[in-house]
Formats: sequence, structure tokens, C-alpha cells
Amino acid sequence: MAELLISISTPDWLAHIIAALVQCALLLAIALCSAAVGIWLERKVSARIQDRLGPTRVGGRFGWLQPPADGLKLICKEDIIPAAADHILFRIAPYISFCAVFCVFLALPFANGWVAVELNAGAFFLLAVAGLEIFGVILGGYASGSKWSLYGAMREAAQVVSYEIPLGLCVVVIILLTGTMNLVAIGNQQAGWFFNWHIFHDPFTFVTFWVYVTCAVASSNRAPFDLPEAESELVAGFLTEYSGFRWVFFFMGEYASMFVVSALGALLFLGGWNGPVPIASLLGLTPEHGAIGGWINTILGPIISMLGLTLDPAAWIGNLLGMCNFIAKAFLGMTFMIWLRWTLPRLRIDQVITTCLKYCVPIVSAMLAGVMLWSFFLPGGLFAALTQPASFPRSAWERTDSTLRVDGPQDVGEMQEEAGTRNVTALRSHAEHGNEGNIQEESR
Amino acid sequence: MDAINWHGCFFLLFAAVACGFAVAVVVAGNIVRMACCLVVSLAAVAGLFFLAGAEFLGAAQLMVYVGGTMVLLIFGVMLTARGPLVSMKTGGGQWVLALVIGVALFAVLLQAATSSSAWDGPRENNLVRHDPVQSEESVTQDAAGQLGLGLLGVREDKIRQENKVLRGGMSGYLLAFEIISVHLVVVLVGAAYLARARRRVQGSGVRTPSPESRTPIPE
Repeated sequence: MAELLISISTPDWLAHIIAALVQCALLLAIALCSAAVGIWLERKVSARIQDRLGPTRVGGRFGWLQPPADGLKLICKEDIIPAAADHILFRIAPYISFCAVFCVFLALPFANGWVAVELNAGAFFLLAVAGLEIFGVILGGYASGSKWSLYGAMREAAQVVSYEIPLGLCVVVIILLTGTMNLVAIGNQQAGWFFNWHIFHDPFTFVTFWVYVTCAVASSNRAPFDLPEAESELVAGFLTEYSGFRWVFFFMGEYASMFVVSALGALLFLGGWNGPVPIASLLGLTPEHGAIGGWINTILGPIISMLGLTLDPAAWIGNLLGMCNFIAKAFLGMTFMIWLRWTLPRLRIDQVITTCLKYCVPIVSAMLAGVMLWSFFLPGGLFAALTQPASFPRSAWERTDSTLRVDGPQDVGEMQEEAGTRNVTALRSHAEHGNEGNIQEESR
Repeated sequence: MDAINWHGCFFLLFAAVACGFAVAVVVAGNIVRMACCLVVSLAAVAGLFFLAGAEFLGAAQLMVYVGGTMVLLIFGVMLTARGPLVSMKTGGGQWVLALVIGVALFAVLLQAATSSSAWDGPRENNLVRHDPVQSEESVTQDAAGQLGLGLLGVREDKIRQENKVLRGGMSGYLLAFEIISVHLVVVLVGAAYLARARRRVQGSGVRTPSPESRTPIPE
């Protein structure tokens, strides 16, 4: 982007600023659109579950202009700050909440390489920043100067801080499997047919996925875990004193974080931008160019280069398909969460904590150990083991020697004799071998 | 070429935010505002780490320090929301003591900072990561993996070293890692011990817990 602007004689500094602003605007658009669509979806799905129609009039038959209308109404509302409130903190709390969620979008890849900042520790960054959303909530709850708000904020704190542990462990399971925290690499390792997705890698990851779903619902404060804003007990929890535009910020933050946890789940477990059927790679819409991809490139290539752009049209179209895939999966996840919300009753706070500490944490710890053993003995995954029985006696012990690729002195070999080291290198090398297995499968 | 030194700009920005809010922590009277300023200051330090390309460290800073301060904030609110501590009054003696310690620490840090070679902006090898050909060789490519291996007793950067002397420390940080792990387990057990529900004296209605508080989760 910046290079393009420089090439049409924009000053260097201006080009960089414009490029940065364009990327920010794109991400903001995705965050806000996901919130708007989420609100519309919530209204429609809840209406259908309760045998109603939901919004039908604003913007045509399906009421799809309802979120902008809601937003307009809320902006026009009076901005009330209670007299007992801590004014500064009360004002900044909604922004903190939304900014934390927005920061997650910076590291969230939407397709192969389509990510604002590709971080090597992307998964870790995502977890760290997503946990900051509650900071705004706690601050807002405290600063409102109301006991309902304070109770809501304290419940939120207890809930989210406890659920961060199993949520983090779920992500660790996948990191263990992939050997990387780079989210783009994690997505690319699941390329191919749907049985390459990590959820189908082995029974342990399958169970881990459902623990992840539970924790994701809990950490985004959705029913049945919506204790912080339990309207029958706490008025509206931390939202009680908020009105108008500040309330909108909290709400957009909540829906954007729903999108984020669904997207992260899709990325870690459900193949990311890789569809159930690898249409893009079957058509050759990858950087390697298959039949149709090469054909598209011969047609579009000259036009693109005439415009002074340096992109690969076939791979670009493939990525576009991938992004549609990814966003569809994220919205599927959101729909699931909405379905849960309107189906299950709210838990009590002790049940919430029991679910976390007595069920989620032990289950996911056992799954972590299980995945560790599985990826040591059957690294190719369940379907590779079923379809290619010849490939899995290739045990972890054999693989270690070839994969560390040490060019150093001979006594390094002695180092490797230690079983612990072997273990680690086997785990690290698993990523490459997992890919190999995938490629072999595709070629069959 | 009049390119702006973006690293320099953002370094100054983050550093100013970190220092400014650190001062605000001291100046602010309300304990929640203090914690809030502390969070911003620590987040700015995380920004400095990201700027330096230490992504893992930056994320760890966000996770551990910023998240930890959040818990501190919660306790601050829980313990002092309606108490005498909600606005902290600092006496003159405490100010003097804090100033002496602060200035002494600052002198040590200043000495350490100025004794290293001067910061000279983004060098070519800092920008290597953007070059796709070079990135295979780049150290930052898989920093988290190297870090993990280092904690488990193998340092990849040392293991390739041919010189015996320079290869010292090849065994990584396994001992430190184990000590910290055991320490944390002890802390966890201690916390669980302190927080456990106390058994009441036998014969005073222990066997009749109220049904609301003891209902197990419905399956």
C-alpha cells in the first residue's frame, strides 16, 4: 500500500500514514460490521426461538437496517453521568473496553497472509489482549458509583479471571499440536480437506474444542454465563448507569469480542480460512498456480501490472474465498452462541465457578496430556492413521535425528540422547511432519 | 531521502506515555485511578517491547503485568471501596523516604542505560524481517520456540556454536524454570490452603447445609 502511494509520487511520510490509516479503517469496519450483524442476528434468532418474527420493517423484509436505526436512536439519547460517579473513569471505561477488542483484530488473520500485523506469538498476543476487555468493564462498574454496577463488575472479574485459565490451556493444546504460535501458520497447517482441521486431529482435540466453546461463551459474558449483567438480579450489572453512546461502545465491544472468540475458535480448531473442501487449491488459486489459477493470471496479469500493482490475482481470489470462509465460520460460531443464550437458563455464580474449576480445568488438563501422548505416537492425526496405516509406525524416535538439523560438532549428538530433549524436538518437528502428512494425503 | 524515523517517533510516544502515567500513579490520590494509570504505563512498556520486535515479551507483559494489575485493581476495589484507604494520604516522611529510594534507583538505572552503547535508531539488521528471503535466517522468526526450548534445557543459538567457550550456557534455563515452577506450585497450594472453607465444629449443624448453596450443577 505504502509502496503504491510512493510510486505515484506521494511524500514518503504521508504514504505511510495513509497506508496505516487505511488498514485501521478496514479493521474498524470489520469490527463494527461484525457487531452490527451480530446484533441483527441476535434479534432475529431470538425472535425465531421465541416464535416471533423479530425486526421486519426497517430496511426491507428482513429488517437488516435495524442496527443502524438502533445506533441512531442511541446516539440521540441523553448522556447521563451519575452524581456519585468517578467522572473521568466513567467516561474512559467504554473506550478501554472497545479498544482492547479492537486491538485483537490487529493480529487476527482473515486469510493466508491477510493480517494487519503478523506476530510470531500471535495466539499469545490474542489471549493477552482479549483479557483486557474486562478492564473497561471493571472500571465502568466501579466508576458508576452504584452497587448494582459494582456487583456486576466484581462478578465479571471473578468469572473472566477464572475462565482465562481453561481458555489459555485450550489454546496451548493447539499450540502443542502445531508447534507454533503464529496464527497464519496454524491456519495453513489445516489446509486441505476438512479432516485436516485440528478438531478432527484426534479425540482429545475434539473434546478440547467443546471446552473452548464453553470458556469462550463464559469469557464473553454471554448467557448462560451472563452473571455480570443478570437483569433479573442486578438491573443491568455494570451497564446499569450507562446510557446512549457509551452504552453502545460497551455493546459493540461485547459483540466484537463474540466475533473474536468465534474467529479464534475457527482458526484454531475449524480450519481457519480453509473450507471443508479445498476449492481454492483444487482450482489452483494458490501462490503455486494450478490449472485455473494460471489461466486467470494470464488474463488478469497484464491488467494488474499495467495498474502498477504487484499482486498475484489468482492467489488473491483464493484468499478472498478463504476470507469468506473464515467470516462465515466466525458468524456460525456467533449464531451458536446466540442459540445457546436463548435456550439455556442462567447459571448461579457458584455453578459458574464450579463449571470452570471442577470441570473445564481438569478436562482440558487431561486433554493436554492426551494430545501430548497422541502427537508423540501418532503424529499424523486420526485420519492419517486410519487412511495411511503405513505412515504411522514412523515413530517419534526415528524422526528426531533428521529434524533438528544440527550442523554443529559431534557431541551435540550426546545432547540429544537425553529423552527430554528428544521429546521437545519431536514436538517441534511435528509441525513439519503434520504438513507432510497433509500433502501426502492430498496427492492420493 | 527524508524518511521519518518511525521507530524513533513511536519510541518517544510510548516512552512518554509510560513515564507520564508512571508519574500519574504517584500523584493520583484515588487507589483505583492509581491502578488505572499503572495499567496504561505498563501497556506502554509492552508497546515498547513490540516496537523492539520482542513480540513474545510484549504479549507476556500484557498478560502478566497488565492482567496482574487488573487483579490488583479488583482487590483495591473490594477492600477499599468504602473505606479510609480510598483516597491515600501520604505523609511528609514517606515522601522523603520514597524520594531517596526513587532517586537512588533512578541513578543506578541511568548509569546502566548510559553505559551501554548509544541507541542509534533502526539499523539494517533490524529491518531484515521484512525481507522474505532473509527472514528464514532471522533470529526473531521463531523466537517463542527458541525460548521454549531454552527453558527446557536446549539453547538453539548456542548449540550451533563451535567454540567450546562460547557454547557455555548451552543447557539453557532448565534449573531456573524448574525452581520457578516448584515455587509457583507451592504458592498455589498455599493459596488453596488459605482460601479453603473452614470446617465448623462438630455437632453444630454441619450436616445440614442449605440446599441453595450446596446444589450440584445439573447435568
